[in-house]
Amino acid sequence: MKKLLLIAGGSTLVYAGLALLMGVLPGIMLSQTPPGPGVKPLTPLEAEGRAIYVANGCSYCHTQQVRPLAQDKVFGRPSAPGDFAYQTPELLGSERTGPDLTNIGARQPSAVWQYIHLYNPRAVVPESIMPSFSWMFAVVAKAPEGVSPVPVPKAFAPAKGVVVPTHEAEALLAYLMSLKQTPLPGADQMSASALPQPAPAAAAAGTAATGYDPAKGKALFSANCAVCHQESGEGLPGAFPPLKGNKAVNDDDATQHIHAVLHGVEGVVIDGVHYDSQMPPFADTLSDAEIADIIDYERSSWGNHGKPVTAKDVAAVRAKGK
Amino acid sequence: MQQIATAGAAKPEDRALAGVLSAYVVSATAWLLFATFIGVVLAYKFGAPDFAPGPYLTFGRLRPIHTNATFYGFASIALVGLAYYVAVRSCRTALYSVRLAWTGLWLFNIAAVAGTVALDLGFSAGDLEYREWPWPVRLVFLAALMVTAWNLLFTVARRNTHDIYLSNWYTMGGVLWTCIIAIVAILPWYQYGLGQVAVSGYYMHNAVGMWFTPLALGIFYYALPKLLSRPIYSYALGVFAFWTNLVFYPIIGAHHFLFSPLPWWLQTTAIVFSVAMLVPVLGGSANFLLTMRGRFGELHHSYPLFFIFIGVVGYLVGSTQGTVEAFRSLQAVWHLTNFTVGHSHLTMYGFVTFAIWGGVYALLPVATGKQPGQLGLALHFWMAVVGSFIYVISLSIGGTIQGLDWVRGLPFIQSVVDMQPFYIWRGIGGVLMFLSHLVFAWNVWRMTYGRGAAALPPVPAFADEEAA
Repeated sequence: MKKLLLIAGGSTLVYAGLALLMGVLPGIMLSQTPPGPGVKPLTPLEAEGRAIYVANGCSYCHTQQVRPLAQDKVFGRPSAPGDFAYQTPELLGSERTGPDLTNIGARQPSAVWQYIHLYNPRAVVPESIMPSFSWMFAVVAKAPEGVSPVPVPKAFAPAKGVVVPTHEAEALLAYLMSLKQTPLPGADQMSASALPQPAPAAAAAGTAATGYDPAKGKALFSANCAVCHQESGEGLPGAFPPLKGNKAVNDDDATQHIHAVLHGVEGVVIDGVHYDSQMPPFADTLSDAEIADIIDYERSSWGNHGKPVTAKDVAAVRAKGK
Repeated sequence: MQQIATAGAAKPEDRALAGVLSAYVVSATAWLLFATFIGVVLAYKFGAPDFAPGPYLTFGRLRPIHTNATFYGFASIALVGLAYYVAVRSCRTALYSVRLAWTGLWLFNIAAVAGTVALDLGFSAGDLEYREWPWPVRLVFLAALMVTAWNLLFTVARRNTHDIYLSNWYTMGGVLWTCIIAIVAILPWYQYGLGQVAVSGYYMHNAVGMWFTPLALGIFYYALPKLLSRPIYSYALGVFAFWTNLVFYPIIGAHHFLFSPLPWWLQTTAIVFSVAMLVPVLGGSANFLLTMRGRFGELHHSYPLFFIFIGVVGYLVGSTQGTVEAFRSLQAVWHLTNFTVGHSHLTMYGFVTFAIWGGVYALLPVATGKQPGQLGLALHFWMAVVGSFIYVISLSIGGTIQGLDWVRGLPFIQSVVDMQPFYIWRGIGGVLMFLSHLVFAWNVWRMTYGRGAAALPPVPAFADEEAA
């Protein structure tokens, strides 16, 4: 009996102590982490959307943690403890089969894009392997008063009727839009001091100020612009304007073009077509040189003949502010 | 159901034990088939995302169904069944309570069925790896664990041997510790936000390392000497591995959240002890391999031994890989990629599942007196080995490419495109693994309720025990 007590009881006692030390106590202490500056609780609709996000296991493919690593910079600033004050259950995730969503509300604020993408991801990103969430939408003969139908591209739209979001889709969208990082003073220093940056290639992208590099321009365009304007530059009819043959893109005065990339646009009319969707600003996420690369790529692709710009031109428009 | 099989001569308690082991193994096999079928569907969806649409078959719901059914349906049930058998035989006693064993089996199954249904209907406790079941379901699982702990402890308490054989250290410990894990995970009132992240890190690794690892090691320590008819190489080394495993393993959980906002010291502690884990892992593996010394030629004649050998190699390679992955420099590339998925299959499949199969093939025929056919064994073994090899290698290469794509700052979608061929190879490996499970099911049927290949005389209780 003594032996049994020693082995089973003793080891269990040791284990209980370790579980307390490594599980329970950190749990209790870190649960009291105060919210960071500007971090707010979710609204009821956003909370409902979060529950839908959880129920459908979105975080098995989408993380919500930006690491202090160079390769994570595209997703936002490094996550801080205060970001998670209202995040229960936690959704940090363990796999990134799809992109991180920590800051998706800022990175892709267009409701139109989000709806099309949820309805069928391949309608906007042909290579996507995300499931379709079309069951969160209804197909009706005519959209009810005050609801704009989702402009799903023809190849992906139902043969008859129009697609409108159900309450589920609206809640999910509200949650996705709530995923916005609050500015954190000193976030950049934190990432720099945390560890040596392992990716000189990615870091160097921001520094080259002279000369246009077509490969870099194309890569930046793919990463930041193609989900709406498409790799073909043709946009999606009725949803996202084309850049191919676009007047602002071919105009010798590039101010309007640069301004759009820096500060975003909303509710524009292009060639007589009104576009509802909102284009996000890139002033905070891309450097002048990167924006110049993107703009030059757009101005020299798909038959466009716009005059090239330099990082200096971008800096000049940036200096003028919105 | 309870009157399985064994030939007339055996005592009633032997028959009851054979009945319990058979029922656990059959039940576990059903869960294995279900869980891995879901796994194949999931693998297919990576290439055909529009296949099987709709809420109930969507990826994000099937994914936790696959992992939980594997963990708590298949592996847990199989390991508990084997632990009972090992306890009874190595203690030269009878099962404390056959009824409790059956109760536990029912509770495990109720939990797994309810958990599966709940997840499919969208009732998830949060996408918290391996603890997605709603808390009432996890309470049922906890009840199953407690019933098992009670039954195992009292069986060992009524032993007719002086010492407690090493296997029982691991199995009793595993069940008792896991009761604690389950309680820590269920209690909701102290885990919010970042605090819950800390608990997730703790839970994720402890549910694996303090449950599946010790029970699978318990099988090694019993089945290996049994199959070779020689004692374990070093009993003392086994005891040393037991205590070091106990002290080091619970501390490493936070390595699942490297670079997260969890306190840096917690992450660093986890990394240090991930390295310390080499001590019990190398000690344990060496002990098993040295027990087999000079007898590796017998692998060709004995598939049960071959299964266990692969399990030992899986333990050694998978755990060592885990240590390597915990380094910040490598984690910066591999974390969040498919490399992790390869690692979890190397350990849960290459180690735990092969240990279970080795245990089942070594012990079940002795209990029931029925053998599986040689062809069935060969087919199961080779398809499982080749399939899992393809699976792990393809995801390891693909995951590395994925991570390097990110480091190089390529557009994210490039990493999705680059994974495509590896997803296909993973699917091929997965299908082979699933086919091997169908053969396993056939073998189990022959060893239990069906007709065995060649009837052995059932081994009477207490015969030729190896207990040290």
